[in-house]
Amino acid sequence: MEALFALLVGALFTVSIYLFLSKHIIRILMGAAILGNAVNLLIFTAGRVTREVPPIIPPEFDVPQSVVANPLPQALILTAIVISFSFFAFLLVLGYRAYQDLETDDSDEMRVAEPVDDVPPPLGY
Amino acid sequence: MAITSEPLKDLSVAMVTEPVTMAQWLLIAPVVWCLLVGAVLLMLRKHTWLQPLIAIPALAVLCLLDGLLLAHVMVSGPLTMTMGSWLPPFGISFTTDSLGALFALTSALVALAAGVFGRTDVDDTGRRYGFYPFVLLMMAGVSGAFLTGDIFNLYVWFEVLLIASFGLLVLGSERAQLDGGAKYAFLNLIATTLFLVATGYLYGLFGTLNMADIIVKAPELRSSAPLMTLVTLYLLAFGMKAAAFPVNFWLPASYHTPRLVVSALFAGLLTKVGIYALLRTLVMLFPFERTGLADIIAIVAAATMLSGVIGALAQNDIRRSLGFLIISGIGVMLAGLALGSAAGLSGTVFYAVHSMVVMAALYFAVGLAARINGGFTLSAGGGIYQAHAGLAFVTLALFFSVAGLPPFSGLWPKVILVKASLDVGAWWLAAAILVTGILTTVTVGRIWALAYWRPAPVDDLTRSASEHDAEPPQPVRLPRGAIAALAGLLLLTTAFGVWPEPLIRLSQDAAIGLLDPSAYVLSVFPGEVPR
Repeated sequence: MEALFALLVGALFTVSIYLFLSKHIIRILMGAAILGNAVNLLIFTAGRVTREVPPIIPPEFDVPQSVVANPLPQALILTAIVISFSFFAFLLVLGYRAYQDLETDDSDEMRVAEPVDDVPPPLGY
Repeated sequence: MAITSEPLKDLSVAMVTEPVTMAQWLLIAPVVWCLLVGAVLLMLRKHTWLQPLIAIPALAVLCLLDGLLLAHVMVSGPLTMTMGSWLPPFGISFTTDSLGALFALTSALVALAAGVFGRTDVDDTGRRYGFYPFVLLMMAGVSGAFLTGDIFNLYVWFEVLLIASFGLLVLGSERAQLDGGAKYAFLNLIATTLFLVATGYLYGLFGTLNMADIIVKAPELRSSAPLMTLVTLYLLAFGMKAAAFPVNFWLPASYHTPRLVVSALFAGLLTKVGIYALLRTLVMLFPFERTGLADIIAIVAAATMLSGVIGALAQNDIRRSLGFLIISGIGVMLAGLALGSAAGLSGTVFYAVHSMVVMAALYFAVGLAARINGGFTLSAGGGIYQAHAGLAFVTLALFFSVAGLPPFSGLWPKVILVKASLDVGAWWLAAAILVTGILTTVTVGRIWALAYWRPAPVDDLTRSASEHDAEPPQPVRLPRGAIAALAGLLLLTTAFGVWPEPLIRLSQDAAIGLLDPSAYVLSVFPGEVPR
């Protein structure tokens, strides 16, 4: 099961890195969305996939009696989902505002902060 | 793994009934305080006159809290508070030693200076956009990152400070800000995601996220687990956050775009959080793997400091020059990390404290100079010395400090680092630090000569009309609060330079705490036998 998930994580990372290599902000945004999901699945798999055994401890014992689903990675993923969702929302707005103001979503043409025709510093006093 | 199959021996130890001490509350206080004040300021967003009146005293209180925390840690060693009194590693621990407390105090001082400076630098629009709430929330993230003892929690604080920094960066939504902000946001998102990937793997290997627990478990896992891969991922992720050479292009693309006080805050705080995280993970958690990566880190350090300063030399815009100087400083800090000796690490810690103070102060000084001649470019600059000799001298002092000239604070960490490099025979690393120093002197010397010392160019149309008069120009009135903020930071860097012993001792203490974390582990697990 873990091996299958590992392959899926790898595939998701491949897709997101491919999208990140694009010049267009909209594709990079999609890459960011997929990257967040890839990492969540990675944490889930790293916490070992155990099916259909809820972490319930019988009243007479102190610890679970069999291998049960690990709740901690799920808590981690929940945190990561919230964070990556809020980041994605911010990035969407930022990308859209940049598109409105800079009139391009091509990162090669976004040269307002670092102009191409920047003058060199004076050579003499 | 995370599930223990053998029953616990004695469950009664898990029943913690003793109350949490005041000192332990002090550990969590900086974060709670910042979040609380940040929330209040967010609600009072529309009362722009009230914002600085609340935020500046609040930042002063934050300095006080961090100062008390540092004093406590210096007297009685590392301090731990585990949330909900769960036994570690089950509860999330906040643990700090002198390294975390020292960085937290310095960052609070820089934030206080920025708060005071921002009173005159950020107008009503900026305040309505939420300058002060963002500063407080960012400080919550920065303090949390410095004080936490749990690696996933460190990730969360990274995200808190990052999202607040996004808000600060695009404050005003100018075109250049949106451009710089987009690059900053995407590249930092990748860096924190890499951090999260590494943390996911770490949990899969260790079954724990508590740093002290990782220290205890690392030696037995080392033979079977791919720790080197993990540590390389951490090096890449935090190197990206710290703006280390080949992954630092987000910094010069964005740091000159926001309001000046925001640039100053970022310059002071954000990259140093990356350095702090590198020290924690590479030195304290995985010292063995750091030794394996030492050569790579050393090459990266030399490349970072040299490429940074050469970049600074090539800029016409002073703010962009300063951005590259931050990178150059990061290279010097990485040199200490590459050496890994107590001396090298103490040099890194000292340099980080110096850099936080000086880089923020430099942005303040450049911002005040821009009020006089209205620009940041070298080609059209000049006339600051005529208009305001005091500011020109203050800037010169800061330039000396950043270049590592006496009597300011830049000298000592470089001395320590050069000596530490020569001690292990890394002559080329020492040479890189010295060459960087010379090139930095050239860079800042040229900025001072062109933008401060030379008379204002006569044909410059951007100058104000009053300076065209034949009579000598009147001294320009600069806002008092801004001068106070700048003077405070200048005083700090001069004090560190003239009387460095306390800070050297403190940074040595921090370095020894990193190299031998038994006190750190004991503070989290009382009674545990350290490795």
